[in-house]
Amino acid sequence: MVLADFADQLLAGTWMTVQLAVTSLFFGTILGLLGAGARLSSLLPLRLIGGFYTTVIRGIPELLVVLMIYFGASVVLMGVASQFGYDEYIEINPFTAGVIALSLTFGGYATEVFRGAFQAIPEGQRESAQSLGMTSSRTLHKVILPQVWRYALPGLGNLFLILLKDTALVSVIGLEDLMRKTTAAVGFTREPFTFYLAAAFIYLGLTVISMVAIHSMERKSNRGLEVA
Amino acid sequence: MKIKSFLRTALLVSTAIIAVSSNAADKIKIATEGAWAPFNFIDQSGNLKGFDVDIANALCEKMDSPCELVKQDWDGMIPALMVRKFDAIISSMSITEDRLKKVDFTDKYYSGGLRFMGSKSNKLDISKQSLKGKVIGAQRATIAGLHLENNYSDIAQVKLYDTQEAVYLDLVSGRLDVALSDELPTYDWLKGKDGASFEFKGDSFAKNDIIGIAVRKNDPVKQKLNAALAAIIADGTYADINAKYFPFSIY
Amino acid sequence: MDWDIIIEYAPRLLDGAWLTFKLILLSGTIGALLAVPLAFGRISESYWVRSIPYAYIFFFRGTPLLVQIFLVYYGLAQFEFVRDSALWPWLRQPWWCAIITFSLHTAAYIAEILRGALQNIPKGEVEACLTLGMSRLTMYRKVLLPRAFGMMIPAYGNEVILMLKGSALASTITLLDLTGMARTIIARTYTPVEIFFAAGVFYLAISMLIMLLFSWFERRYNAHQRPVM
Repeated sequence: MVLADFADQLLAGTWMTVQLAVTSLFFGTILGLLGAGARLSSLLPLRLIGGFYTTVIRGIPELLVVLMIYFGASVVLMGVASQFGYDEYIEINPFTAGVIALSLTFGGYATEVFRGAFQAIPEGQRESAQSLGMTSSRTLHKVILPQVWRYALPGLGNLFLILLKDTALVSVIGLEDLMRKTTAAVGFTREPFTFYLAAAFIYLGLTVISMVAIHSMERKSNRGLEVA
Repeated sequence: MKIKSFLRTALLVSTAIIAVSSNAADKIKIATEGAWAPFNFIDQSGNLKGFDVDIANALCEKMDSPCELVKQDWDGMIPALMVRKFDAIISSMSITEDRLKKVDFTDKYYSGGLRFMGSKSNKLDISKQSLKGKVIGAQRATIAGLHLENNYSDIAQVKLYDTQEAVYLDLVSGRLDVALSDELPTYDWLKGKDGASFEFKGDSFAKNDIIGIAVRKNDPVKQKLNAALAAIIADGTYADINAKYFPFSIY
Repeated sequence: MDWDIIIEYAPRLLDGAWLTFKLILLSGTIGALLAVPLAFGRISESYWVRSIPYAYIFFFRGTPLLVQIFLVYYGLAQFEFVRDSALWPWLRQPWWCAIITFSLHTAAYIAEILRGALQNIPKGEVEACLTLGMSRLTMYRKVLLPRAFGMMIPAYGNEVILMLKGSALASTITLLDLTGMARTIIARTYTPVEIFFAAGVFYLAISMLIMLLFSWFERRYNAHQRPVM
């Protein structure tokens, strides 16, 4: 069985894919929160920046974002750094470029999810928290954010499933992820159908695992609520 | 200024996080594609192998400086060299005028030419008339690819691929009538299992194809590489490596 | 930023944009047509009828588009019988491989959108139709489907934009779409920042165009729902 010969390589690639997805999820969630904060801000410039960010991300192909970050980000970063007197080379390896590109993408969509979640919380709750004498940061931490999490979870879960599949694009800039390892195996065996189908099923497996995890998180975040 | 110093700290912290830059240690980073057998390719366990890789290792030994071999996809090679992702490209890169505008090259380390290949059962000659309307493939950003774009895109369907591997796949599947590539890697492929039913079409041309090591403009590493290159040719290391891959001299 | 390079190569990028546009137009249409039977299968009461579109949708939504396009382009060519079949004249062309992949892919997503819309039609409307003595076929053709289409326009518009973004993968199977054209130009000029920037602007413009088109379409199609005043 040829597939078995490459099991180690495919497994290593899968592990890289998982690392990339989870790291991007972390930074992407932060970007999404920041983006939602900007979109809901009372300051016009912040609102404009937030709007610009989501519009650009939602209109440009992920593949192009990956390529742009990989080829362009070093140039831009070094340009900025030299303004501050730092002239060394700044390395952006495929993993970093992948994380930046995928976080930006995830963050752009998550901005809208978080914005919706913030807006789903009735204004009355903020008012009653404040009339109880809570400071606004305390209101945010104790009242608003826990509920934002609950409202945002289904949307974020969907975005993570998309992110998981988008990781395959980073293979184009040379990250040794599942996709790249598969292509390398195809080069040896000349059996593209066998190997790409195997990769498809590994991705499906990852999707199923993620769906189960998201589901249990949703159940957890909804406990204490009366669900009809 | 307070803001500026804050930004500076933030910037340094973030570069510390993302920078794995190793320029400080005088280490020479050398890039190769890893998809151009037998010159550079990845073996089954994921290691870089091939003529270019052997040459790179021999040069590093002669220069007595630590080297690191990195893999880089072909169409990003020169941009990545220019932004200092690595210091040299040893990846069977032809010295062309277009490339010389952007980067520098060492002396040659081998030479080749271009040659068409196609199926043995397909009896066509490679005159411009008989290629009319045919599907011709080559790798993107190679001299073969540019040659097709410049000379055949008006009469034939030119397809450009990300890797040479993909060109072979489509040649075998029959999507391509003929493909254009460097003669030497083709020579190697035709000896293999997949290449058995294919053959060279016509003679090789563009024989003034000189392969060198690309470096950034004005980088002193060029002199070091040239000296090491002369040394491995003089002491027979080069001939040994050559013999591993080809029964004739490719210098 | 070297603007001359951008201006010099803008016409070729425009060629690429045109190919991208044709790709999404054709695959968006075929995908929508495929989605209708899928969505109806999905809401069928029979377990067996339901499970086939379910598996189809699960596969196409659960795997990367890049894997799918490689499966169709390189994968199918692995088999001798495919290469000898009557379909080969189409399958050997990257254009049709891209159209097939994108159509199958987007159909899975559109089917889910359509299913959601169908299930969200108030039960009362179904009952009203049946009371009026309509046959099921007439009910679907005259009432439910048009109603569902009206409801799904915004979501369908989003899906078309996602397809626009996905179409960049056509460049990995040698098509000279906007991304493919950009990469080919960069292979000659070595100016990734400028050319990718320009390509990004083109993509943004196309997605704005699609958004405008769909919001215009929605206003027209759902005109009856507009408040009178």
